[in-house]
Amino acid sequence: MNPKELIARRVARELKDGDVVNLGIGLPTMVSNFLPDDVDITFQSENGMLNLGPAPLEGEEDWDLTNAGGKPVTMGLGGVCFDSATSFGIIRGGHVDATVLGSLQVDEEGNIANWIIPGKMVPGMGGAMDLLVGAKKVIVAMTHTSAGRAKILKKCSLPFTAVKEVNMIVTEMGVMHITDNGIELIELAPGVTVEEIQAVTEPTLIISENLKTMEV
Amino acid sequence: MKNKVISKTDFVAKIHNGASIMIGGFMNIGTPEGIIDAMLKTDVKDLTIICNDAGLPGVGVGKLIDAGKVKKLIASHIGLNPTAGEKMTNGEMEVELIPQGTLAERIRSGGAGLGGFLTPTGLGTLVQEGKQVINIDGRDYLLEKPLKADFAFLLGHVVDKKGNVVYNKTTRNFNPLMATACETVVVEARTLVEVGALDPDHVITQHIFVDYIVEGDKL
Repeated sequence: MNPKELIARRVARELKDGDVVNLGIGLPTMVSNFLPDDVDITFQSENGMLNLGPAPLEGEEDWDLTNAGGKPVTMGLGGVCFDSATSFGIIRGGHVDATVLGSLQVDEEGNIANWIIPGKMVPGMGGAMDLLVGAKKVIVAMTHTSAGRAKILKKCSLPFTAVKEVNMIVTEMGVMHITDNGIELIELAPGVTVEEIQAVTEPTLIISENLKTMEV
Repeated sequence: MKNKVISKTDFVAKIHNGASIMIGGFMNIGTPEGIIDAMLKTDVKDLTIICNDAGLPGVGVGKLIDAGKVKKLIASHIGLNPTAGEKMTNGEMEVELIPQGTLAERIRSGGAGLGGFLTPTGLGTLVQEGKQVINIDGRDYLLEKPLKADFAFLLGHVVDKKGNVVYNKTTRNFNPLMATACETVVVEARTLVEVGALDPDHVITQHIFVDYIVEGDKL
């Protein structure tokens, strides 16, 4: 299984029946492909819609019905559209149970940096700052390293997107919780050892007493 | 009843150099392309454009950026328009990035007569710089001020001749907020209907906010 699919499959298991969930663009969007049949999730899209469905079949695109990346989507029965102020009222107001975002860096305090590389790349924060602050649970879904360099750090070196908002990190190597004492490793991907994941993680991981193998 | 329907050419002739313009749309979905195309035929320049994002090169707001008409862009995201990034880097265009929810609420505040609002979004980040932090019941918030502009360009799906607007699906996004926060508001109507044809309970932007209607391409 490729690393991104592994991550998406594991995040999908984290979502609970009845949750309202916002998925970021890219890898997080893949999560919706791997939900168990008995788990009903209401996907929120920050451009102003509830009950976001899968991508339409080729030739059936409706360019008035799109996701936050501007790509055509479908809408589940009972879905609704609304303006951007309502959309972010839903997000900041605590009505989104979980958000899944990619990231450039995350640190052991739960700080996250994913909107700017000063002097190099300035995409902007879009809705990420609001989602991080507003969603009840923040799950970071990302590859463990970038070009061999650690992305899970003692302290983010890039400007923060939000302070102490990350709850969980899922990578192709393992699953980690952010705790008051640091980052706790709770699951290891099949075939990965504690030594291997620690070697590419800057802070010292707290190893859970119930450390398990990641199920996907 | 005042006749609000005018040609795109006549409408864009009202826009002056240095004007501030809010443009509806999210990645060009809900952006009035017809009005933007008419703008490209004018000599108007040094615009301040307020919209969710920089769109794509050659589409929507991206066309105004390509044409060098934008002096300042206020948006939440420009990452999918490399031209916008280049113009920002080489100093041709100033870019102010605002969290999307804050941008929406600042526009709403501008139209709703509020002096601003308090949000936890951006605390402890670069967004906080120069802003007042206010503690309410033990929690910190940033004071964000209202945002207004000279003009709003909207895309309406069905519009009646009085200026009542119905939007279609995710084209709504920033359009109804911008309608309330600008001095002069124009809506590009995909379909223009007689007054009375719309169900009053379905209207999203009320006619008092709309100054002009231009006819756009049917969907």
